[in-house]
Amino acid sequence: MASPSQSGNGSGTNWTPDQPMVSIKDVHKSFGDLEVLKGVSLDVMKGECICIIGPSGSGKSTLIRCVNALNDIQQGSILVEGLEVNDPNLDKLELRKKVGMVFQQYNLFPHKTAIENIMMAPITVLKQDKDEVAEHANSLIKKVRLEGKENSYPGELSGGQQQRVAIARSLAMSPDVMLFDEVTAALDPETVKEVLNTIQELAEEGMTCILVTHEMGFAREVANHIYFTDFGLIVEHGAPATFFDDAKDPRTKEFLSQIL
Amino acid sequence: MELFGDYFKQLYDTSGWNFVIFYDQVEWQRFVEAIWTTIKLIIACLIFSLIVGFVGAWAQGAQSKIVRNVIAGYIQFFRNTPPFVQILFFYFVLGNLTPSYDAGGYQEAYIGSFGWAVISLGFFAGAFNTEIFRSGIEAVPESTVEAASALGYTRLQSYIHVVFPLAFRVCLPALNNNLVNLLKTTTLAYGIAVPEMMYTANQIWSDNVNVPEMMIVLFFFYVGLVAILVYGMSRWERSMKIPGYG
Ligand SMILES: Nc1ncnc2c1ncn2[C@@H]1O[C@H](COP(=O)(O)OP(=O)(O)OP(=O)(O)O)[C@@H](O)[C@H]1O
Ligand SMILES: [Mg+2]
Repeated sequence: MASPSQSGNGSGTNWTPDQPMVSIKDVHKSFGDLEVLKGVSLDVMKGECICIIGPSGSGKSTLIRCVNALNDIQQGSILVEGLEVNDPNLDKLELRKKVGMVFQQYNLFPHKTAIENIMMAPITVLKQDKDEVAEHANSLIKKVRLEGKENSYPGELSGGQQQRVAIARSLAMSPDVMLFDEVTAALDPETVKEVLNTIQELAEEGMTCILVTHEMGFAREVANHIYFTDFGLIVEHGAPATFFDDAKDPRTKEFLSQIL
Repeated sequence: MELFGDYFKQLYDTSGWNFVIFYDQVEWQRFVEAIWTTIKLIIACLIFSLIVGFVGAWAQGAQSKIVRNVIAGYIQFFRNTPPFVQILFFYFVLGNLTPSYDAGGYQEAYIGSFGWAVISLGFFAGAFNTEIFRSGIEAVPESTVEAASALGYTRLQSYIHVVFPLAFRVCLPALNNNLVNLLKTTTLAYGIAVPEMMYTANQIWSDNVNVPEMMIVLFFFYVGLVAILVYGMSRWERSMKIPGYG
């Protein structure tokens, strides 16, 4: 595993850890005539965990999907460890080795067992040695507390278990940044906690995380910084304490009063 | 075998039903060879048509409009013309255009009638397989494909490891139908003298004037083959069933 500053080449080589690991600048994104992001900027330093909150349809998912190029952008710049995402000649593989993503609906491969789900990408995409991958996968299974479920198919696992497999699957690629898009939104209240615990542990170990979430308690506890989006703009942001207790913008206040 | 032969000889002598293949050594030999040729022909056609379908369905999702149009044209051509005409066209028209070599005094084509039968029937069934696989691919959720790309899969890797295996399971019933159809359609290879069962039966009844008997044999033979194929496919379907899915 190359350290972040060594991985990648071309436009990604001059990144150093004192620069933001993810740097989003004035990003505009439209679907047809609908402008969903209207100039969003934010920086995430290595080891930071940031949370994006905001009303439905405000562009949270769109924004984090831009970070790993699942969505393209019309204007602005997104740098991931110095790698420009808004570049027609972007090496997508290089980007996706750096950025892991976990989805609301888990999106596991239903025809593969838990352990196979975790092992597939490192073998197929990174062409890593099978035995090493298996070892790594087993340690990840332990990390997400799914010992004994290695050979279960996704359809045989609970939502929370599936989501933890999805997290492990993403971690198997040894990403430098993890994106989480409302990963607990589809879960039962009881299982939300086990998934949040896993993410919290990751954040505490120093994984750089960008989370979209409606779990305000979690955001307050885990995030270094909170961003509030509305109508495709970041309306307000701040450290959790100031953000939650001392919001300035009326839209933030209204949103928080509804959700808290 | 002896008893078996005696029975059919007896049957012929007493009732006139002439199942010559079951008591005449020479005809039996012919019949057995036809069985093997037929089975080889069917297996080759099945495999080739599946490969064509796999590649065709992949190419249908290509970025390039030209590639997609070529595939669409191919499908229309093979779906809307009779397979018998196709097989004759391949053998007599394309067969004449392809190179041959000198086999001691006469010209022998590199691709013989068996080869052309496999190619034309494989493309014929492959056109349907392409459509069938495509419908299966459409049933694979976009979000699953997205998960694969987020993990760094290229479009081809994701097709091979994620999309196709899932699509394949969805379209097995339709595929089943088409492969049974293909099996039956291999009889058209008699039109270009591939010594498979239909062709051989024809020869046998020409020599022995036992058309009804050979017809009966043909029916039983193909019913048996279809039964084996259907059984094999259902076994395969069961072995691929995903616990807790679908
Ligand atoms: N692929 C798409 N095509 C067209 N419009 C889209 C597409 N994806 C999102 N949108 C639109 O973009 C806007 C922002 O969507 P987005 O999914 O980013 O919102 P969100 O903040 O994540 O909301 P939620 O909290 O409901 O998940 C919405 O109006 C949505 O309809
Ligand atoms: Mg969303």
